[in-house]
Amino acid sequence: MSNGNYKITDYVHIKDHRIFHGKDQVFKTEKSLGLDQFLKASYKKLEIAYPKFHKMDGLCKLGIIASEVLFKEHFISPDTALVFSNSASSLETDKKHQQAMGGMVSPSVFVYTLPNIVLGEISIKHKLQSENVFFIENQFNAELLKEYAEVLLEAKKTSAVVCGWIDLKNAKYDVFLCLISKEGEIPLSKENLKKLYIFENE
Amino acid sequence: MKKIYLLEDAIFSPLGFSTEENLAAIKNGSSGLRFHKNNRFPTGGFFAGIIENELLNETFLKIGKPEKFTKLEQMMLLAVSRVLEKNPDLNLSKTALIISTTKGNVDLLTKSPFPKNRVYVSELGNVIKDFFGFQLEPIVISNACISGGLALAVAKRFIAAGKFDQAIVVGGDLVSEFVLSGFHSFQAISPEPCRPFSKNRKGISLGEAAAAVLLSSKKPIAPNVISIIGEASVNDANHISGPSRTGEGLYKSIQNALGEAQVSAKEIDYLSAHGTATAFNDEMEAVAFNRSGLENVPMNSFKGYYGHTLGASALLESILTKHSLLNNELYASLNFDEIGVSKPLNVIEDFEEKELQFAVKTASGFGGCNLALVFKKD
Repeated sequence: MSNGNYKITDYVHIKDHRIFHGKDQVFKTEKSLGLDQFLKASYKKLEIAYPKFHKMDGLCKLGIIASEVLFKEHFISPDTALVFSNSASSLETDKKHQQAMGGMVSPSVFVYTLPNIVLGEISIKHKLQSENVFFIENQFNAELLKEYAEVLLEAKKTSAVVCGWIDLKNAKYDVFLCLISKEGEIPLSKENLKKLYIFENE
Repeated sequence: MKKIYLLEDAIFSPLGFSTEENLAAIKNGSSGLRFHKNNRFPTGGFFAGIIENELLNETFLKIGKPEKFTKLEQMMLLAVSRVLEKNPDLNLSKTALIISTTKGNVDLLTKSPFPKNRVYVSELGNVIKDFFGFQLEPIVISNACISGGLALAVAKRFIAAGKFDQAIVVGGDLVSEFVLSGFHSFQAISPEPCRPFSKNRKGISLGEAAAAVLLSSKKPIAPNVISIIGEASVNDANHISGPSRTGEGLYKSIQNALGEAQVSAKEIDYLSAHGTATAFNDEMEAVAFNRSGLENVPMNSFKGYYGHTLGASALLESILTKHSLLNNELYASLNFDEIGVSKPLNVIEDFEEKELQFAVKTASGFGGCNLALVFKKD
């Protein structure tokens, strides 16, 4: 595999009622808040002003909030690739659809029963006409993300990559997204990705 | 760039449990779509391509205990085992396993005899890995209806970059009540077998299938070989459940894939479309194909034979495209009546033998995703 001089330009975490931009905490709520309330409070705090947000499922809302924080200080080229992963796929919304199947099923729920919809929502919001992929893994797989990001960059399929983990399971969420490009100080490596992913969980 | 070759493949579908049976059925104009009773529909049922459980269980007995595996697992395990049988010397410690599915074992959300964790798509990867003893961690791709083709693209990219020398790509999905009810809520299910690109098309038919193929950077010893020489995926950034009216993402995918392949639209001999037979999808494809200068290329959709097999479809159809090229055969776009899109297309109406070298395969899906693959025969 390549040894291109790619960097982890920036990163964002969302977990346990807290949002971190890099190492800085940008928002925190009471732990008593439910997922929906936490998402709504984050939306307000970040002044996202995007009415479509309210129609989205939890996974997409997490993705929109995370990308908002991550993209804030950077020019994001429209060819920026999205390489996301998780272990639960769209299971939260799958359960919702499953419960509705006895009666009236809603197309606006069903459409979110695919994990890659979050890639579509971020692409729409930030006008990214780019490479997308959604991987399902047992757990955060730094090697896969690092190597696939490098493959896309080396093959000149993209100029930057947003990659990471976005998992929502039983109302517990764990989001870590990072921007990979030629800019920045932290070299892109499996070890660095892993370290940044777990720093919050110390 | 390294060439990536498509070697042994296998298709498990209502049309047969081998690639050969599937090709024979297609040549015959046979469809796997049948009427199935279901109270959800005012017509009392729906048309879909469904694999018979008994036949599947019986076939699976040759490699394992059917009661230990879900229907989808059986289908996908059989497809992989067929590829491995033909390649007994394959080193599984160095062969990647790449899996595509949209919904995996989602039907296990209802009461089932299987452990709860089996509903996770990642667990499907573990089941396939452990059954055969693959050593590398499986790579699972769940990217709506382009998953199967995207899995080929991901395999090609990793092989080209030297991460591994060969990969087995396997895709599968079921016609579950889960998916059926969802597409029905969009009023997208056709009351008759689907008619891609036709004036009288009335929506999609669903189908189930598993398909597997071995990809390698090593050129096989054969008179003719098929390789993937270009691929690209571009999001529409337009709408999550409807395609772009201008076919933007698909158009760009085709341009990027042809660019990588260094092949012009004029050189393409055959186009395997997505062709779901919904009003919006087929129209969008017609626009994108015309913008790409592919309107005169003989093209078809295989959905009339199989229905939409979701995460398997683009892989299954890529395998069929491979055999089209190898056999110099153009297969009819089943159930086509007259052109029902606003732009001209050269829909294949009758089986035809023709010398073929280059083909393009496309797919599009929810979330605004699109994919194009370029295949070459040497």
